[in-house]
Amino acid sequence: MSTVSTVSALSAEALGALPGLVGLVDVVTAPGGPGTADASAWWQVLVEPWQYGFMRRALLVTVVASVVSALLSCWLVLIGWSLMGDAVSHAVLPGVVLAYLVGAPFAVGAVVFGVGAVALIGAVRDTTRLKEDTAIGVVFTTVFAVGVVLVSTTPSQVDLTHILFGNVLGVSDADIVQVLVLAAATGITLVVLRRDITLYAFDRVHAHVVGLPVRRTGALLLGLLAVTVVVALQAVGVVLAVAMVITPGATAFLLTDRIGRMLVVAPVLAAVAAVVGTWGSYALDVGSAGLVVVCQGLLFAAAYVVSRVRTRAVA
Amino acid sequence: MSTGTGTGTALAVRGLTVRYRETVALEDVTLDVGAGQACGLVGMNGSGKSTLFRTVVGLVRAQAGSVEVLGGSVAQARARGAVGYVPQQDDLDRDFPVSVRDVVLMGRYHRMGPTRRARPDDDRAVAEALARVGLEGLAGRQIGRLSGGQRQRVLLARALAQEARLLLLDEPFTGLDVMSQAAVTEVLREIVDAGGSVLVSTHDLSVLPDLCSRSVLLHHRVLAAGPTADVLTPANLARTFGLDPATGRVPTRGGGSR
Repeated sequence: MSTVSTVSALSAEALGALPGLVGLVDVVTAPGGPGTADASAWWQVLVEPWQYGFMRRALLVTVVASVVSALLSCWLVLIGWSLMGDAVSHAVLPGVVLAYLVGAPFAVGAVVFGVGAVALIGAVRDTTRLKEDTAIGVVFTTVFAVGVVLVSTTPSQVDLTHILFGNVLGVSDADIVQVLVLAAATGITLVVLRRDITLYAFDRVHAHVVGLPVRRTGALLLGLLAVTVVVALQAVGVVLAVAMVITPGATAFLLTDRIGRMLVVAPVLAAVAAVVGTWGSYALDVGSAGLVVVCQGLLFAAAYVVSRVRTRAVA
Repeated sequence: MSTGTGTGTALAVRGLTVRYRETVALEDVTLDVGAGQACGLVGMNGSGKSTLFRTVVGLVRAQAGSVEVLGGSVAQARARGAVGYVPQQDDLDRDFPVSVRDVVLMGRYHRMGPTRRARPDDDRAVAEALARVGLEGLAGRQIGRLSGGQRQRVLLARALAQEARLLLLDEPFTGLDVMSQAAVTEVLREIVDAGGSVLVSTHDLSVLPDLCSRSVLLHHRVLAAGPTADVLTPANLARTFGLDPATGRVPTRGGGSR
């Protein structure tokens, strides 16, 4: 009994340092047995964020964006398109700003600029002696900078911080509808065409030789990347969207050597990171975008440790 | 440009010229592979063998000349899945998270529905192809956990499952263990006996007499072509591999890649 109360006192003291958990401290120190108080207090902390509509909406957007990004990330990691994900996620900025200015759905602007940047990267790579990473680096930073300039010339209508780092707590109903529609369309396309996309990632020559539409699959994949980035940046912003389309796939790849299992493991882990990160952002009173991506990174670190231990066990 | 080919021709290449920027990869290459025939394509690295394959399957555009496959265009043959291309196993990403069965099944994708869901027919064809190359016990194994020779047999099994009528093999014997080499040779012979056609590139001359009734020596242009026994003369081989015909020695080892 004494150990229990010591532990709860210690934890209360530790947690008291965190402003968001003040409620817990109150409950723990309230009358009643320490054991039951602990349990109900933790329950309270777990469910409290979801009593607010804005938190539930944030969770919905973050989980949906995480799951669809995670699906796509499996193939990006296998093809070696991580840098392309980085490029597309940054290149959509001017499109988003312009869409805001003319009042269009910002997915439209984002897709136009995302796909345009990819085409431009391809053109620079194919018509110069530059290597692909250089072409990507030159094009996406320039397009991103155009976006930064655009933002600076538009008075107060566009909040750059919200675009760059996400504003998931402030998503409108229209934004949510847009996210759900785009995510559903992308997710269904990816799942239906998963075997063709895997073949594209694995052996394009064979796909070509047996008469499958290789160029169309590649173009579709890049288009889906642009759309996915649009969905992801609603949840975590332009800067961190790239993590959503790389990290879950990388994590899953460390844990399994079957693409079919990767396509389950990656979305599940991404959803876990989304829930924990969103919850933690309330409990710790920090930004959710950063915390969701940190959670993805922690899961990657855990997967790394697991894969190292396994490799050593085999060797 | 295209000359008429008899019904017995699986592959007819006429006057094919391919240049990459200033480099000439193939110049005025003409060759035939008859139906039910295995033809060897002999040349050193960088002699244009891979370019020839890539042009035949439509991955590289020729500046001049024509390619006819099974009496029609390359595009038609591809659309029917009639051409099988077996790459070197080194060309594959061995860490790619697919099983042996997954890879062989890819040979069937062009006959499947839009989601490429395997039907019983497909499963049967995959099992049969794996049995023919002697890998029936490894269907569930990830492709990185195989030997190089086993991986090469997986790619051959994929072409078998595809039921291609013309098979192009790029250096299938490179780095194979004895068992795998015997298995590959045996399967290719079976294909030819069943009326299929094979064009196989190699720099391993020992497999040619057993397998290929005809051979073509290539060094950007066709140096010699005809029955294998007639073609494999010391003088021809010296020219093919850039040896000095007088001394039989290598003058300089050109490090050209494929």
